[in-house]
Amino acid sequence: MSILLDKQSRVIVQGITGKMARFHTKDMLSYGTNIVGGVVPGKGGETVEGVPVFDTVEDAVAATGADASLVFVPPPFAADSIMEAADGGIRYCVCITDGIPAQDMIRVKRYMYRYPKERRMVLTGPNCAGTISPGKALLGIMPGHIYIPGHVGIGGRAGTLGFEAASQRKDRGIGVSTSVGIGGDPINGSSFRDILERFEKDEDTHVIALIGEIGGPQEAEAAAYIRDHISKPVVAYVAGLTAPKGRTMGHAGAIISAFGESASEKVEILSAAGVTVAENPAVIGQTIAGVMEAA
Amino acid sequence: MDIHEYQAKEVLAGFGVAVPDGALAYSPEQAAYRSRELGGERWVVKAQVHAGGRGKAGGVKICDSDTAIHDASEAMFGMKLVTHQTGPEGKGVYRVYVETAVPIHREIYLGFVLDRTTQRVMIVASAEGGMEIEDISANKPESIVRATVEPAVGLRNFQCRQIAFKLGIASSLIQQMVRTLRGCYRAFTELDATMVEINPLVITEDNRVIALDAKMTFDDNALFRHPQICELRDKSQEDPRESRAADRGLNYVGLDGNIGCIVNGAGLAMATMDTIKLAGGEPANFLDIGGGATPDRVAKAFRLVLSDANVQAILVNIFAGINRCDWVAEGVVQALKEVEVDVPVIVRLAGTNVEQGQKILAQSGLPIIRATSLNEAAERAVGAWKNDLSQGVKMRAAS
Repeated sequence: MSILLDKQSRVIVQGITGKMARFHTKDMLSYGTNIVGGVVPGKGGETVEGVPVFDTVEDAVAATGADASLVFVPPPFAADSIMEAADGGIRYCVCITDGIPAQDMIRVKRYMYRYPKERRMVLTGPNCAGTISPGKALLGIMPGHIYIPGHVGIGGRAGTLGFEAASQRKDRGIGVSTSVGIGGDPINGSSFRDILERFEKDEDTHVIALIGEIGGPQEAEAAAYIRDHISKPVVAYVAGLTAPKGRTMGHAGAIISAFGESASEKVEILSAAGVTVAENPAVIGQTIAGVMEAA
Repeated sequence: MDIHEYQAKEVLAGFGVAVPDGALAYSPEQAAYRSRELGGERWVVKAQVHAGGRGKAGGVKICDSDTAIHDASEAMFGMKLVTHQTGPEGKGVYRVYVETAVPIHREIYLGFVLDRTTQRVMIVASAEGGMEIEDISANKPESIVRATVEPAVGLRNFQCRQIAFKLGIASSLIQQMVRTLRGCYRAFTELDATMVEINPLVITEDNRVIALDAKMTFDDNALFRHPQICELRDKSQEDPRESRAADRGLNYVGLDGNIGCIVNGAGLAMATMDTIKLAGGEPANFLDIGGGATPDRVAKAFRLVLSDANVQAILVNIFAGINRCDWVAEGVVQALKEVEVDVPVIVRLAGTNVEQGQKILAQSGLPIIRATSLNEAAERAVGAWKNDLSQGVKMRAAS
């Protein structure tokens, strides 16, 4: 088992004719992801890496039975593409695009709620590296070979920091059920809390690891949820111990603007909820290994 | 992006928010002349800087003659205004705003923010205007009134009335309050703001509702669709290194330490800074050069980090995924040949083809201190910074 993504997922790539999207489509196909189509308005009928391109998500879903989508569309148009996926019958959407206006994302979130829960799309990102269920499918831009199959469920806000943690785990032979990037934007799709809920239900996930950072309420919300609803051991690392207040640290969402949003406060809140916190990014893999042995 | 008070007032006035009469000046003479243009007998001279807390720092003066305005603004021009929001270096004053003073009956705090918990626009108001919102929430949390806006229908009049009545505003002023709240909300959403703050919003003795101060911050990601807002940018209020970085597509935040950082990815950059701190050092900057880490970007990054005179060592930490370590290593070597670097350079590469990357660094003939783990890199950087030569070779300018 895994969450959100597996071998059966039928994937379309929105914005597939862009340079980055072409590159990663090739990479995902070689990983084994079942990419069944691409969507670019006006380019219907073309092919990219042997994958047929459609004008609309609706056409792509009708022709291929796609249920997952990866959005590579540039920031001014990305929100519209996510809504098109939600309307077109896609069940799981990953948005890689960095730089979407926050108010566009507010509208996306509101729009997704117009569908009843049983056919509401799940969104992760934007501004994330994607999701991988190792050995099954990769929906994103991460290097697949640093993830090995196993029983740790990962949720993280950052890209390369997630890769750093993945390679630390690989060095120790620790495998992953699914790794989900929730992205670095202030208004995003799924939260840590949403991901925790899925990992708790997933039989294949034995330990959960969260890689958070400064800014926003997500780590504190996750802590409250872990305390009340999660039976599996949880490990966390929060980046940004040295980040000054009120400054945006790269990710649009990485800014300390309220109480409880600094790294040290988040560490305190997570520890109080029973989470094992890695104080140093260099020991994330080691900390997970320790918790797995104890479990 | 931040804008000045006078700009925010002009923007908000365009959405129906009442503001005092005022005019901008670039010199003491012009400031004095502005008071004659405005008329009246009392004026307020306000230093225009991108920071709050100006009053306490000497950036706001009440004057009752044009001579007083001249003298007050003369003292402000060219000064570095240091407030609790500017940091010790302060912000330069190059513009002052002269306003007709208004007789104040009551002061209210009014703020519009993007609330990340509800993922909606939230209105925060308090009857304790004039105080900083942090102080209000610490000392008078019961005075805070909040409302979130349903994005599908926007801010409703009943919500505005609710806020006004909760603030104890007289019935005769409710319409003015509704107009002010709706104006701010429209400005917020139509112009992609991330923050609108009016502190204080005042009720005058003659029963008018007026924005006495105004602060607006805009979503950098949405500036592409608001060219008129982009024109309001004032580079004199930005850290010169940060503006230079932004112009080159790099994400840089200057800090007070001695160890410069060059990293790909924002999360990894913060984590690298944390490791330096835990190893006993202090990072000089946050710098995310983006996922790609091309030679060109690495070279730009070295120049940028070295423009900080406090930097005594540079730690490069690149996680190469799809772009392999050997390619990144070649970029680092090429950058170091182009840029004169006179401080120790510690390079840590991780990811795909890491052995080949290390080999390229070793064979380059450059005195690069190599590290394999994040901890080792931070320890070597701190060691090199502390001039502990046993940790590695100190790098000096090639020429």
